[in-house]
Amino acid sequence: MIEFDAVHKEYPDGTVAVERFSLIVPSHRVVALVGSSGSGKTTLLRMVNRMVEPSSGTVSIDGVDVRSMDRVKLRRSIGYVLQAGGLLPHRTVADNVATVPVLEGRSRRQARADALGLLERVGLDTALADRYPAQLSGGQQQRVGVARALAADPNILLMDEPFGAVDPIVRDQLQAEMRALQADIGKTIVFVTHDIDEAFALGDEVVVLRTGAEIAQRGAPAEILANPADDFVSDFVGAGTAQRTLRIREVDGRSVVVDGDDRPTGVLER
Amino acid sequence: MNWLSQNLHIVGQLLADHLVLSIPPILLSLIISVPLGRLAAGSPRWRTPLLTGTGLLYAIPSLPLFIIVPAVFGFSLRSPATMITALTLYGCALLVRGAADAFSSVPQDVRLAAAATGHSRWGMFWKVELPLAGPVLLSSLRVVTVSTVSLVTVGAVIGISSLGTLFTDGFQRNIDASIITGIVLTVVVAFALDALCVLAARWAMPWQRAVSRA
Repeated sequence: MIEFDAVHKEYPDGTVAVERFSLIVPSHRVVALVGSSGSGKTTLLRMVNRMVEPSSGTVSIDGVDVRSMDRVKLRRSIGYVLQAGGLLPHRTVADNVATVPVLEGRSRRQARADALGLLERVGLDTALADRYPAQLSGGQQQRVGVARALAADPNILLMDEPFGAVDPIVRDQLQAEMRALQADIGKTIVFVTHDIDEAFALGDEVVVLRTGAEIAQRGAPAEILANPADDFVSDFVGAGTAQRTLRIREVDGRSVVVDGDDRPTGVLER
Repeated sequence: MNWLSQNLHIVGQLLADHLVLSIPPILLSLIISVPLGRLAAGSPRWRTPLLTGTGLLYAIPSLPLFIIVPAVFGFSLRSPATMITALTLYGCALLVRGAADAFSSVPQDVRLAAAATGHSRWGMFWKVELPLAGPVLLSSLRVVTVSTVSLVTVGAVIGISSLGTLFTDGFQRNIDASIITGIVLTVVVAFALDALCVLAARWAMPWQRAVSRA
């Protein structure tokens, strides 16, 4: 469980990135922080592994204030997936995946052997193990990023716009695989995105943020779609747009779901 | 050719002297400049004094420097230590800026990723920053290598023997073969040490070639 308790972040120039934000992220759940740029979502994420220190308030993991933990140890105990994978360009795929275990003192040979298993787990051919990141596609790099985050078997995963840098088709595929993976591993995941569809696709709970990390609404994706709290959330999730307003049209005795522009999107199963 | 075959052992000795005077300042300036360059790249407060200070060193003409160094450090005028110290100062003049640029070239998102995966500051320097600064650092090191090899010859004027001695002797005694041998060997030494830098870098930075092939 991760708990944000009245965290506040103000920079020396007076900019307030996060204003008294409180949230509980339950264990084994996926919470999506979604907002546009300036919403403070990345700042919140980085407070968990102390890449950013709050000006006031506390972040705690299972009841322990992160400020009481050693920064380097804390970071090694949390998986972090960055946009575009955030891989180290001078290390091979296997060495990237093995980063944290090697830092923790595992032998490089053992850690590389374990890395091969993780590559398979995220759907990558182990033949890629000795390539360098620049030799991989964007989607492959992203998968390596996930494998690296899982290498030390952390309880918590932090994901910063995890699938933002890949094309829509690959993104859909990665999101589906991430859901399947999470069903299997049950980590506590916090991820940030500006893409509401990604938040709905991956989050058990979605937290919609306004400027300064003010919570506009939080709830399950279905709850937010059913009852947007106000115009801001309504706009943000695109309520009322053709994509979100589906209707049923009977065709040859079957119910076809069409969007606001009468474009069919699927068939209703009874 | 006749002159060369008769003076082969002298030429060989001068070649060895030249290497002994060239290699230590190249290595020393690398060892000194890497931490200073990292400091300059990482701290705006240190950047200007360090880069201006070391940059000014290069403005000192070499002959006066060969006089100042023994006076300041207490070496005798004609000792190799004078030469090595003076050339190390020149090497740093170029390399501190080069190293600062090299460390500044390490992408911010890579630093962030390294920090997020739990590299300590020390681990970050050795395992991430230094290797990634490598390519830019190498280009400065190559300039320093070649310039050091050629500057060693200036020492001949104050009597520190090196391949430069072949020019000074050759001029005084009117032996063209001596002058030409000096020039050719200096160029060969410069190319050879430069090639050694490139080979060492290729070994130390295998990702560079792998990626350029891709």
